[in-house]
Amino acid sequence: MTVTFAPGDFKNEQTARWCPGCGDHAILNVLHKAMAEVGVAPKDTAVISGIGCSSRLPYYMNTYGMHTIHGRAAAIASGVKTARPDLTVWQISGDGDGLAIGGNHFIHALRRNIDINILLFNNKIYGLTKGQYSPTSDRGFVSKSSPYGTTEDPFIPAELVFGARGKFFARGFDITLDTTREIMVAAARHKGTAVVEVLQNCVIFNHGIHTWLSDKEVRAERTITLRQGEKMLFGKNNEKGLVRDGFQLKAVTVGEDGYTIDDVLVHDAHTVDDILHRQLALMDGHDLPLALGVIRDVKAPSYEADVEAQVAEVKAKKGFSNLRDMIMKTQETWTV
Amino acid sequence: MLQSSNVKSIEKVVIRFSGDSGDGMQLAGNIFSNVSAGEGNLISTFPDYPAEIRAPQGSLSGVSGFQVSVGKNVHTPGDHADVLVAMNPAALKTNLKYLKKGGIIICDSDSFTPANLKKALYQTEDPVAELGIDPEHIMLVPMTTLLKHTLADSGMDNKAIMKCKNMLALGLVCWLFDRPVDKVLAKLKAKFAKKPAVYEANEKVIHAGWDYGHNTHASMPTYRIESDEAVPGVYTDVNGNTATAWGLIMASEKSGRPLFLGSYPITPATDILHELAKRKDLGVKACQMEDEIAGVCSAIGASYAGHLAVTSTSGPGLALKSEGIGLAVMAELPLVVIDVQRGGPSTGLPTKTEQTDLMQALYGRNGESPLCVLAAASPTDCFTMAFEAARIAVEHMTPVILLTDAFIANGSSAWRIPEEKDFPEIKPNFVTPEQLENGWKPFDRDAESLVRYWAVPGMEKGMHRVGGLEKDFNTSVISTDGPNHERMVKVRREKIANIANDIPELKVECNADADTILVGWGGTYGHVLTAATELNAQGVPTALAHFRYINPLPKNALDVLKNYKNIIVAELNTGMFADYLQQHLPGKEILRINKIEGQPFLVEEIVDGVKKNLAKA
Repeated sequence: MTVTFAPGDFKNEQTARWCPGCGDHAILNVLHKAMAEVGVAPKDTAVISGIGCSSRLPYYMNTYGMHTIHGRAAAIASGVKTARPDLTVWQISGDGDGLAIGGNHFIHALRRNIDINILLFNNKIYGLTKGQYSPTSDRGFVSKSSPYGTTEDPFIPAELVFGARGKFFARGFDITLDTTREIMVAAARHKGTAVVEVLQNCVIFNHGIHTWLSDKEVRAERTITLRQGEKMLFGKNNEKGLVRDGFQLKAVTVGEDGYTIDDVLVHDAHTVDDILHRQLALMDGHDLPLALGVIRDVKAPSYEADVEAQVAEVKAKKGFSNLRDMIMKTQETWTV
Repeated sequence: MLQSSNVKSIEKVVIRFSGDSGDGMQLAGNIFSNVSAGEGNLISTFPDYPAEIRAPQGSLSGVSGFQVSVGKNVHTPGDHADVLVAMNPAALKTNLKYLKKGGIIICDSDSFTPANLKKALYQTEDPVAELGIDPEHIMLVPMTTLLKHTLADSGMDNKAIMKCKNMLALGLVCWLFDRPVDKVLAKLKAKFAKKPAVYEANEKVIHAGWDYGHNTHASMPTYRIESDEAVPGVYTDVNGNTATAWGLIMASEKSGRPLFLGSYPITPATDILHELAKRKDLGVKACQMEDEIAGVCSAIGASYAGHLAVTSTSGPGLALKSEGIGLAVMAELPLVVIDVQRGGPSTGLPTKTEQTDLMQALYGRNGESPLCVLAAASPTDCFTMAFEAARIAVEHMTPVILLTDAFIANGSSAWRIPEEKDFPEIKPNFVTPEQLENGWKPFDRDAESLVRYWAVPGMEKGMHRVGGLEKDFNTSVISTDGPNHERMVKVRREKIANIANDIPELKVECNADADTILVGWGGTYGHVLTAATELNAQGVPTALAHFRYINPLPKNALDVLKNYKNIIVAELNTGMFADYLQQHLPGKEILRINKIEGQPFLVEEIVDGVKKNLAKA
């Protein structure tokens, strides 16, 4: 008999202490649902976070979990997963925790392709320290630490993921919860480092930062939800589509300017070549719609599985029974 | 020439091999040490590398040395060498200061070319005279010529032939000290198992070196080195870093916890990573992480996941790991941190030895964050103390910092391979199924030891969260309550203090009834022991206390020390352990012997230091 789980099995009795209206509440609820859908028992699940508002999340889970130190969640999660490949490991980071102080661990986790599911809560602001710009804040962004506007360009998280040879990238909003749940489940089922960027609202320090994309009125026009094997269509009535225009992508209206439904691209997240995935992930909602859903999901060897396999192979090959046996068989010895 | 005589019997001898970094001096020295150990001698070695990977050939900065002491009562590689092997004028110049008065020099006379003399900054064409060496004490051997003759028919090119020069010197030294050539050859054969042609060439060269000594210097004394009575068993030779790695593996076997290492390459600790990476054949997961911080953090993750988790580093890396170690203090997770100390601060003297990380280990974290600090006394003691570090970490749910140093990490000694029964079982403080049934909380702790219980992911009903935030003593939930914080600070401190109930008491060595006690800690043991022995022989009654458990101190330590009129601490820093003891022993003046030159003590420096302190006292 297969044991099934309900969202409530992953939830504990602690009251979440985020600000009322914070996007994190919704993401937490969706994560409980996604975990139930994935079906790994709470006792076999570990949720690891760094520091920041979002990193409080493990305290609200009825799983194993660690709330660690600023920026180090990926490194700690890597240790958990390498030691215990049998566990399902989730990492919760914000844009500051994951991409500023923890940027190095973030890219190296991706490079190793260790099987952890990284939920990157991106609200383009430091909330817990009360309102400084983050590495994803737009150039010119005015905050307490940039009173005259920033003079630096932001990271686009997807671009870092691709730069680090990431094999899984997905994006969702803290208000399009069905899609966000689906991509969390897909991330959990992907073997290797999976990055889920959740565009999240900070109600206190950066309220409405994503509204121009996520608001119900404009969402259909300014975003596109990609689904495996389906045409890349968007718009209120799915009347628009993405087509090739030389090396670039172009948004067209189907039936206009000579474009037919046959010209519209079909999404394949499993293509190893990442050029189209990059182009899709870098669409920002201005000329082309912001892409939501699973953009890239490619199979590749995962670090912890290969470590485990190598250990098994070398152990079998050498056949040492213990330390003393190894020393006796490999070192020069003499008896007194 | 030297006075002729028969074979002399000597208690111990110190030999220093020196040459260019590429001359193979480390290999020659290692083989000589291993063969001597096989003959039942005690050995202590000291490889002295230049910091540069390949400095210009023949230059003063490119000289690499390997000093070994073999014989009876050997506890250090020796202050000064009885025999100095110098493969070129640069080695002769830089190493002459390590030669004992009246010691013998073996030198390649063919290397005294104008170019080499210039590179080694000689003013004249006669280095022997220029350095004021007594010609009676130097064997000038035309090594290059001999080598070319020996390998004339080998078909090897000049470069390949010159690579065998170290074996010519080794052959000569083996003759001088009556080492069995067949055992030397056996080791060489193992080394070059996949290159039989190289082995054959080296075999010829070793014989040539031996024969040269025998035929042309028959009038020189040769020596037979005496052996100690050793505990019966199977022996191998081991350096400190390898012994550290093996001690951790032993702890893994004795605790049933799989071993995980998260590390990042750093001199002089990297060989621990190398050895544990090889030991995938024993199930070890050794991960080279992206930086020092990831090294400690991955280990913390592995620890939470139920492994015996270790990170290895040297001083600058320990600084980077501070915040991570603080997390392990707060989350009360077992973690072993190995710090192979080197010269600091900052990048400092990466290949040289010091004991200057003591304060960093004890106090180098934010907040009140006590942890257990241990220090290994010798290359072979690294095994025991690595085991101890792991035992204490796992049984007391705490990070443990083990301090070794470049000197004992690279130095080697003969070591009896432990048997199953020699080390105890390690019993992790796991939460029991009954506790889990009855509403266990993650910071529930043993009433006496104050150690919290360990729940490992996968345990039913064991789901729990730990982290860097303060927790409530009773509920284990996040708390910012002031009095609770103070209570938790004290609990964590007391938990560490309680480890004193679980470690050996301090033993006084040498002359326990003396008024004066010489105190050492960590890797200086060989030197302080030899110095104390020497002082007693010279009529200066001296007791010895050597510390391997630093925090907490052994329970009897302060009472023992209090009884002595003069307490003299010898250490390779400006007085860190002396200050530490002073703070525990107000009212007693702690006297000091300090050296911060990147080199181990000389025994005579400690002997003189004790005498000077006593003259002032």
